[in-house]
Amino acid sequence: MKKKLTQEDYYARNLPDIQNKLNSAKVAIAGLGGLGSNIAVMLARIGVGRLLLVDFDKVEASNLNRQHYTPAHIGLFKTEALKSQLEIINPFVQFEIVTTKITSENAIELFDDYEIVCEAFDGAEFKAELASTLLENTDKKIVAASGMNGFSDSNLIRTKKKFGRLYLCGDDTPPKQLGIGFMAPRVSICAGHQANMIARLILGLES
Amino acid sequence: MIVNGEKINVDGEIVLSEFLRKQNYSEERVAVEKNGNIVPKKDFKQTKLSSQDKLEIVSFVGGG
Repeated sequence: MKKKLTQEDYYARNLPDIQNKLNSAKVAIAGLGGLGSNIAVMLARIGVGRLLLVDFDKVEASNLNRQHYTPAHIGLFKTEALKSQLEIINPFVQFEIVTTKITSENAIELFDDYEIVCEAFDGAEFKAELASTLLENTDKKIVAASGMNGFSDSNLIRTKKKFGRLYLCGDDTPPKQLGIGFMAPRVSICAGHQANMIARLILGLES
Repeated sequence: MIVNGEKINVDGEIVLSEFLRKQNYSEERVAVEKNGNIVPKKDFKQTKLSSQDKLEIVSFVGGG
């Protein structure tokens, strides 16, 4: 008979004091596209205790080149499609989903319970609006992304600290020509930067 | 005025939205801190800048 999976087995490679901090943490992810879906998977695997996943959109075929969904998810809300996968990946994490469009009107209340908010939107205007709204009205730490298109040098993607509590990951470079899109490798690299920055904030490795 | 750590000379009185336009920033895609305080988007047109001010501008690029 197969042995029942325990948390101890799942987190066997992590130091207990680190695991306790991760398990007690709560992180909100705003946008579940190429960045957000991959960040959610990484944070679930390391055992961030509670994840809030917010998006209004449904999975489309054109998302599949970089986002953590499969053809079977096309037409489903990203919140629901992602939650169903995350519950399989790590049954020891609590996942909360809200299927809504995040605006400057609802953002403060929506993320009220979360100290760290991950900005993982697509549009630059929405990124700027969410960052400004949260910086202006809350003490939250924000881990955002800016620039990760195409197949440029991986090492151009960096994590920088701005305004004291905005962490910006990316290469700050818009697509050089129309049609150059967002591809799994560099989107995943940027998602990795954001996920690791979030882990560092939880563990107190970054002020 | 110090903008993102660099000295920039401004002539006369200028408001933030106009300054951003002159510096080729898109108003919609930036977050701005003036002297350590975030400037709300709705105040960009009324926020006057002076030569003693320190601005931090973060400009976002789309994609994700």
